[in-house]
This record gives sequence, C-alpha cells and structure tokens, in this order.
Amino acid sequence: MKHDSSLRLHIPESRFRPGDVPDFNYLDLPKAGDAKRPAIDAKASQTRDLAYGLVRVIDDQGVPIGPWDPKLDPETLRKGLRYMLQTRVFDDRMFKAQRQGKTPFYMKCTGEEAVSVAQALAINRDDMCFASYRQQGLLVARDWPVFDLMCQIYSNGLDRLKGRQLPVLYSVREAGFFSLSGNLGTQFPQAVGWAMASAYKRDTKIAAAWIGEGASAEGDFHQALTFAAVYHAPVILNLVNNQWAISSSQGVAGGEETTFASRAVGFGFPGIRVDGNDFLAVYAVSRWAAERARSNHGPTLIEHFTYRAAPHSTSDDPSRYRPGDEYQHWPLGDPIIRLKAHLLRIGEWDEARHAALTAELEEQVDTANKKAQKLGVHGGGPYHDPSTMFEDVYKEMPWHLREQQAELAHFKEKKP
Amino acid sequence: MTSMNMVQALNSAMDVMLARDTNVLIFGEDVGFFGGVFRVTEGLQQRYGEQRVFDAPIAESGQIAVAIGMGAYGLRPVVECQFADYIYPAFDQLVSEAARLRYRSAGEFNAPITVRAPYGGGIFGGQTHSQSPEGLFTHVCGLKTVIPSNPYDAKGLLISAIEDDDPVLFFEPKRLYAGPFDGHYEKPVETWAKHPAGEVPAGYYAIPLGKAAVARAGEALTILAYGTMVHVALAAAAETGVDAEILDLRSLMPMDIEAITASVEKTGRCLIVHEATRTSGYGAELSALVQERCFYHLEAPILRVTGWDTPYPREFEWEYFPGPLRVAEAIRKIMAG
Ligand SMILES: Cc1ncc(C[n+]2csc(CCOP(=O)(O)OP(=O)(O)O)c2C)c(N)n1
Repeated sequence: MKHDSSLRLHIPESRFRPGDVPDFNYLDLPKAGDAKRPAIDAKASQTRDLAYGLVRVIDDQGVPIGPWDPKLDPETLRKGLRYMLQTRVFDDRMFKAQRQGKTPFYMKCTGEEAVSVAQALAINRDDMCFASYRQQGLLVARDWPVFDLMCQIYSNGLDRLKGRQLPVLYSVREAGFFSLSGNLGTQFPQAVGWAMASAYKRDTKIAAAWIGEGASAEGDFHQALTFAAVYHAPVILNLVNNQWAISSSQGVAGGEETTFASRAVGFGFPGIRVDGNDFLAVYAVSRWAAERARSNHGPTLIEHFTYRAAPHSTSDDPSRYRPGDEYQHWPLGDPIIRLKAHLLRIGEWDEARHAALTAELEEQVDTANKKAQKLGVHGGGPYHDPSTMFEDVYKEMPWHLREQQAELAHFKEKKP
Repeated sequence: MTSMNMVQALNSAMDVMLARDTNVLIFGEDVGFFGGVFRVTEGLQQRYGEQRVFDAPIAESGQIAVAIGMGAYGLRPVVECQFADYIYPAFDQLVSEAARLRYRSAGEFNAPITVRAPYGGGIFGGQTHSQSPEGLFTHVCGLKTVIPSNPYDAKGLLISAIEDDDPVLFFEPKRLYAGPFDGHYEKPVETWAKHPAGEVPAGYYAIPLGKAAVARAGEALTILAYGTMVHVALAAAAETGVDAEILDLRSLMPMDIEAITASVEKTGRCLIVHEATRTSGYGAELSALVQERCFYHLEAPILRVTGWDTPYPREFEWEYFPGPLRVAEAIRKIMAG
C-alpha cells in the first residue's frame, strides 16, 4: 500500500546520460575575482564562504582579476603551460601505446592538468606528495623524466618497481612522490601522518595529498580530516571533483546537496572550492594553503572543481554512461587553453611559439617513448628475473620465501 | 634485574626506546595522560612529553595510516590498539598498505611501525574483548606477528619489534599482564614476582624475532604454543606426567621452523595449542609444516587444541578457553597413538 506520506528512497542520478544534451546552466558559478582572500592565519570561521563559493582568477577574456591573482611572472606562467602541455602529450602517447598493445593499462588526466601542475609549482620540491593515479602532472612539473615513467608503464628492465605494480602506480621518492597504492583513499591519512612527523621533527616540509571525489566517501578521507584537524597537521588536502567516479556522478559520493570543500567546515579548518581548470586560481589557493600550513596554522581542504575529460582508464568507455560531448559543454573550459589565452592576452605568448612548444614536447615524448619501448614492452617480458618477486616482502627474506624462491627456480630450469 | 610484571616490562621497553631514539613516538587511545586502559604506557607522557606520547582519536584505521605516513618520513611509531578486537577497522591500512609498502615501492618506502594490541581471553571480556586474531595477520605477507608469554620476553621482543624496519603486530596476552596463568581459574591468582621470567633487566636488551624458546625440555612429545597457552601447556604436561618438550614460538612470523622440526624429529609426536579459533588458524599452518617436514618421524597424528569455532561467549569463559584439561586429554591421546 502506498500513501502520500510513505517514505521514498532517494537515489542520486546523474543529470545527463547518453543521448541527453548537457546543460550546465544549473551550476552556480561565481564570477572571476568575486571570492575574498583571507589572511593565511585567518580563523577557519572567517573562511567559511570559500567552502561554498568558487575561487576563480582568469576571466572569460583571459584577464586575471581579484585578490586571488597570484601575479605570477611570465616565466612561471610559461613553465606552467609547458608542464601541462607536456603532461597531456605524454598522456596521449601512453593512451595510444595501450591501444597498440604495448601496455595493458593507462590512465589520463586530461582536463585536470592544472590540479597537479599548478600546485607542484606552488609548493616546494621537497614537500611530500601523496597523490592518486591522476596526478602525473606532479612528476612532470618536478622534472622527473617521462622516460622513467614509461619504463614503469611497460614493466621493462628499467622499471624501478621491478614489474610489480600496475602501470601508472608509480613511486618516486627522489621526486617527493609517495608510492601509489591502488586502494583508493589510503594515502590521504598517510599524508597527515607524514605531515605530523615533519612537525614533530620541527622540519619545514609539508605534505600534500590528493583524492578523487568518489574516493572521498571512504572512511580514510574522514579519518584524515579528523587527524589533520586534531593535530593541526601541516598538510594540503586536495579533493579533485572531476564530476565522475567511473560511471557514478559526484552525487553518489555525497556532492548533491553541498560542496565537497564544505566537509572541512565541520572539522574546523578551511575548505576552499577552486576552479580546477584555472591555473592561476589553483596556484593561488595552493600557495595560500602551503603558507598557512608552513606557518603552523594547520591543514586546508581544497576542492578542485573540474571535469574528467578522459575516460576513467583505457579499460573504460564513457559513452556508455555520459553524453559523448559532455566535456564540450563544461562551462569552465580547459586549463591549457585558458592559461594560453591569458598568456596571449598579456602579450607573453603567440601561436607560433605555442605550435613550436607542442612540436618540441611531442618530439621529446616520442624520443623517450622509442627509447623505453626498445627496452621492452608489455608481453615481451618478464624483463626482471622472476626470482626478484620474492624480494622486498620483508627487509630480510625469511626462510619460507627463500624456499619458495628456490621452488620457482626449480621449475624455471624444467621449462621446456 | 628488577621484578616486573608484563605491563611493567612492556612499559620499560618503550621507556628504553623513547630514551634511545627520538624517532620513536607512541600514540593510541588513552595512552597519553592516562597511560592506557591497561596502564602499559603509564608515566611515559610525563617523562617524554606530549609530543612523543599522546592520545589519538578513536579511529584505528587513521591511527595506522598516520603511523605509516610517519614511518615514511623516518619515524618509528608505536601504536597501541586498545584491544586486538578493535584492530579490524585498520585492516586495510595494515594489509594493503603497511604490509606492501616496501614491496610495491621496490624498497623506496617501508613501514617501520609497531602495533601493540592486548589479545586473548580469560578476563570475562566477552566476544569483543577476548579475541585472538593473529591468524588473520600471519596469513598476510609483509607483516610480522609476535606474541610473548612472559615479562622478560615481552620487553626484549618489543624492543626488537620497535627496531624492526618492517611492520610488526605485537599481540600481548592480557591475561598474563599481571601474572602467569595456566588455565586453572579456580586457583588463586599468581603474580610474576616468583616467576624467573619476571626478573627483567632495567636497561636495553633485544630478543631477535623469529626465534622460539624452549619453555620445557622433554623427549616424549612436542607441544607448540605461544602466549597464554605456553603456561597451560606447562600445567598439562605436569599433570599428565608426560615428558613433553614445550616450544614457546614467541614470533609467529617469521617462525622458527628449525626449532620446530628439530623438536618433532626428536619426539616423534606433536600437539599444537592456541586460544584462537581452529579453522584456518595458525595451528593449521603449523600442522601442515610439521606434516610436510617430519612425516616419517611421526608416530601419531598431529593434534590441535584450540578455541572453539564460535565467538568468545561471555558466560562460558572456561568452557571456551582451551584449558589444561583439554590439553592433557590431547597429550594422552597422542601418547596412546
Ligand atoms: C578501495 C577501492 N575501491 C574501489 C576501487 C575501484 N576503483 C578504482 S578507481 C574508481 C573510481 C574513483 O573515482 P574518483 O575517486 O572520483 O577518482 P577519479 O577516477 O575520478 O580520478 C574505483 C571505484 C579501488 N581501486 N579501491
């Protein structure tokens, strides 16, 4: 029996599915320059509006306005553009490599390059990054050679992770890039612990962590916020709201009735929602959070409002769950095009230079790729001695692993 | 040498390590000002300050995650999990993260963390304060699991655990905190004062992980035990008059296989005793190993005496607890075989 007063279960649903014409007019998008910029030592209560607003700096004409304009010199802007472009070129090349069967798997960050590149430039190189799989831009912006990443993607003989990890789950200690897990969200509270250790040691380094909006539903996210709040950990907590977690809309993660940045409000530290496709805005907010953390004012949660232009991974076909052209309708554009527009606008860039840069990066990535592929690609291996699979389970190999290692070697000898 | 109970010995281990190494930090629920619900961290915050010994939010998963992050930075955190029964919220951080960090990063990062947790029954704690979850963790590659049976070992093993560069789960038999307990609950409670292993050096010493101890030398059969069950096995051996050799494994992973096989090859008989539930438990692994390695020395089937495959029932503490009566019965059965 159904009554008017009976209960109804609410299931969040994406607004647009295949066949729909996306229309993002429902989004309340404040204008560039609207958001106030509190002092870095402001009380959390004075930052509350930022959790519900949207920090934007570059306006539709490519002009930076408002108190969040980081006033970067042209050199830094061009660096940002270069790294974002390099990330995209690298992504496209690796995606193609997967389609060619050279690697079983790849994940692009197309449309989200600013989220990692701008923050990488806003923090120090020895600050520790606890990323998710979609922040390859951090490594690019820290000048880590894409050749090394390719070797991991191909699991070839120069893969420093010795063929143990799924492609793209890098670990680059030298570049301040913590080992990627694969279990979503686990890195978030780990970053808080790293930051607490740095504070305990009276160091000056901070930690930065990234999580997808989908994974932010995990307990790890909330525990990270608890510990960060309790111990005023010097950490930047980045939540990348790219609207999609595979096929689930951000509503399924709890973003329908409020912003993700507002999660911080209940924990008592600043949450800032930023236009994730606005390089200057991401840089400025990252810088604010970094300075705040470094001067012992504790953590900040940054929600990067962006859009996952790429498929979730090479195993994914987004046309099955969202309109194929949804990204074209995304009202906040593309981070590379927007930064380029800004640079053109201020007369520090031109189309010829852009074309030359693109060509240079493509060439560079291609060269690295050829070199990496020569060392081996998926299916041609194993390139490491299989006996190494028993190493690094423990610092010292216990007897049972030594026995199993010998057992494997025995069968290797018998192989026809 | 000072007379210490297990609580004091563990406290002393942490005291020694806090003094030796500023990278050692201790945190957990109620461990700071209060010194822990079992008093194991008593006085440490007062001595070493709030920066080094502090209370943590009731979020076990967060505690372990934070410890992993601290370990990646270069610290050696020691986390107290208030009861082993409450370690499950942290399961993912232990199994998928701490255990695999070294492996997945090819040695770039490791998790030199120690997780202390009181385990086991005999205190009328019911099904949420009595569990023995060691088997869940010995099944996980990359973790080490240690269980002491007396104050002397507790201190030396905890020091080794803290110094270890791999993640160590350190389960403390809470029924042994105050004194040895052989399962004779009807007898007056004993303290560690008269027990030789209650004599504990005040300073630093380490007992290597992976080495079993002979709790009783004998010729007739081998009993493999750890934690509280070492004392139960000793009582059962005495009561049956059987000349049993009792190995106190101390470290479950890594395990001292040489001591086990040497003893079983000598005695030709093997009994395995643990308080944890039986099916797929640590005893099954021991049994398989003994069978694989000592089959032609065996004169009787290997038997196991364990907790029943039920939750720990509050009202039936002593029907559940694998006490000396059950162990003695198994000894006789093996000797008759
Ligand atoms: C604990 C866990 N659950 C599920 C998965 C499978 N999975 C991998 S990525 C993904 C979607 C994540 O979405 P989001 O966090 O929004 O990040 P995005 O991929 O959009 O960057 C899922 C469900 C996983 N890897 N780990």
